[in-house]
Amino acid sequence: MNALQALISRDLTIAYRRWGELMTPIMFFILVTALFPLGLSPRSELLREIAPGVVWTAALLAGLLGQESLFLSDYEDGSLEQLALARLPLEWQALARTFTHWLGAGLPLVVLSPLLGMLLQYPAAAMPELAFGLLLGTLALSLLGAIGAALTVSLKQSGMLLLVLVLPLAVPVLIFGAQSAAQAARGEDPSGALYLLAAMLVLALVLAPFAIAGALRISLES
Amino acid sequence: MIPQLSAQGLSLWRGGRSLCRALSFALQAGEALQIQGPNGSGKTSLLRVLAGLGRLDEGELRWHGDPTHRSLAYRNALLYIGHQNGLKSHLTARENYLFYQSIAANSSEITADEALSRVGLKDAMDRPCGRLSMGQKRRAGLARLLGVKAGLWLLDEPLSSLDAAGMELVSSLLDRHLKERGVAVLATHQPLLGLGTALRTLDLETAA
Amino acid sequence: MNISWTWFHRLASPPHFFRLAGRLAPWFGWLALICIAAGLYGGLWYAPPDYQQGDGFRIIYIHVPSAYLSMMGYTMLAVSAGIGLVWRMKMAHAVAAAVAPLGASFTFLALVTGSLWGKPMWGAYWAWDARLTSELILLFQYFGFIALSRAFEDPRSGEKAAAVLALVGLVDVPVIHYSVVWWNSLHQGSTVFVGAGSDIATSMLVPLLAMIAGFTAFFVACLLKRIQLEVLERESAAAWVREVLEDA
Repeated sequence: MNALQALISRDLTIAYRRWGELMTPIMFFILVTALFPLGLSPRSELLREIAPGVVWTAALLAGLLGQESLFLSDYEDGSLEQLALARLPLEWQALARTFTHWLGAGLPLVVLSPLLGMLLQYPAAAMPELAFGLLLGTLALSLLGAIGAALTVSLKQSGMLLLVLVLPLAVPVLIFGAQSAAQAARGEDPSGALYLLAAMLVLALVLAPFAIAGALRISLES
Repeated sequence: MIPQLSAQGLSLWRGGRSLCRALSFALQAGEALQIQGPNGSGKTSLLRVLAGLGRLDEGELRWHGDPTHRSLAYRNALLYIGHQNGLKSHLTARENYLFYQSIAANSSEITADEALSRVGLKDAMDRPCGRLSMGQKRRAGLARLLGVKAGLWLLDEPLSSLDAAGMELVSSLLDRHLKERGVAVLATHQPLLGLGTALRTLDLETAA
Repeated sequence: MNISWTWFHRLASPPHFFRLAGRLAPWFGWLALICIAAGLYGGLWYAPPDYQQGDGFRIIYIHVPSAYLSMMGYTMLAVSAGIGLVWRMKMAHAVAAAVAPLGASFTFLALVTGSLWGKPMWGAYWAWDARLTSELILLFQYFGFIALSRAFEDPRSGEKAAAVLALVGLVDVPVIHYSVVWWNSLHQGSTVFVGAGSDIATSMLVPLLAMIAGFTAFFVACLLKRIQLEVLERESAAAWVREVLEDA
């Protein structure tokens, strides 16, 4: 088994054994979404209008909430140092590990989104577009969040700072994502926004690994 | 003869404090360097710089005469065991060992069963590392000395948490490594017995 | 070729940069004073009131230069931090650290003046106009840079981490801007600012250009002074710093 496979297998095994901890961001996602009808009004017309934005904002926050754990435990038990010395380049590790992390943190949000859309009166016919948009968006957000996680892994109380650093960068994903969901709900063609989301994902796929690896090296420096 | 590992004019600053200034040393094959100094003197920082993890502020490090900076050959030739064991608490000692073998540049033929038995974890190798004692965790971490082939060993406090038998184990492993013409740098304030003239010492307090 | 690289390398030396900055700053200061005075006279007295907005439009003489400098400042931040990261030049990191609060201040000024302009224009102090929204996000990016660089125990690691963030942010700035424009155009009709790409009378344009030049010169003068301060702090252990402080 080559190094990349060993790394992915290790991450998946650990995630599987720690599955309880993965539940927190998912619970958060559901709770935050439920807060809006409770805090605003349960009127269908209002909910339908805000549904795209609410689901996307909740997914963004839930995704970033779970992002801190990506490198933290490895930093604390000394594994991150060892990984930095492994024969697999850190850039490839960044890509692989962000993806396996997304499987536990982002993919559940995509799968749950139709359910939450239903809570907010989102039209059933547009659910596929909602889920697909979130698929692209949560992948891109995982990459951006990983940059933030890598930059803050050596700091105390890194959670808040991670959010502050990544949220401005995440705004385009939120805008295009929510727009695509809103357009689909109105019966318009969302492909423009979805293409832009895909483009941002591709940009992140290409550039983020370098930023993540560079940030990890800097965090390990002292 | 070109020394295996040579350092010239190393200077380190961390948090505004100088840890060492213009430090130089050269290690020939079969020699070990023990870095001594009280807690907080920078032993770990220096060792991490040698591993290529920490930032080197001034000076040059060479392996077989070639600069080590961003050198893949150097990275593949070293084995670094830090102060923490690098063990995932949710994985067993066996799984951790196998993982480190798969990501190492040169792994040995020694199987997990063999290696973990030799470090005294015969009955504990399939327990999650989170449930091992400190001493057992240290042994599990040190098992990598058997699983990976490396010319340069960089060990940070290898004897901590170990009982007398454990310390003897480390000494014998180290002795064999040096006899096979490897080099080692160790950061520890505990005395290393049985290495005789192969051991050189460096006191960081005087080097700052 | 040889000469220009020497110049570049000399700039990288802290005492040399310090002396150069000290000599240049007053020149930029005077240039700023002259340009701003001319611009204010032209903008506040000479230019006639806009037929649509009356005298309210005059705030562009502060708003536009501030907005322009906020963006130029961030670019300078990212570029110098990037140079510091890639070529490991201490001076470059010092420049980045000096630019950050300055750029953030101009971003804040742009937001405040934009908001003050909003009241007569839209009847509200804030509207999610594309430009203002992008400016707000830019302000957060500045804050993020400053916060990250200060969060590390070892300042040298902190400046490198902040440099990575600045570079990532630089790629994101055009993306953010265009996404907000697109978002905004779907929410409300495109807002046309006086002077933003449309035909603008010479009597309005000339003072505006003077203000832009003046603000830029002011920015540079402040920046040079700030860099001097940064250098003194960072090199405080060096002998030449002690000499400078004794002379002062």
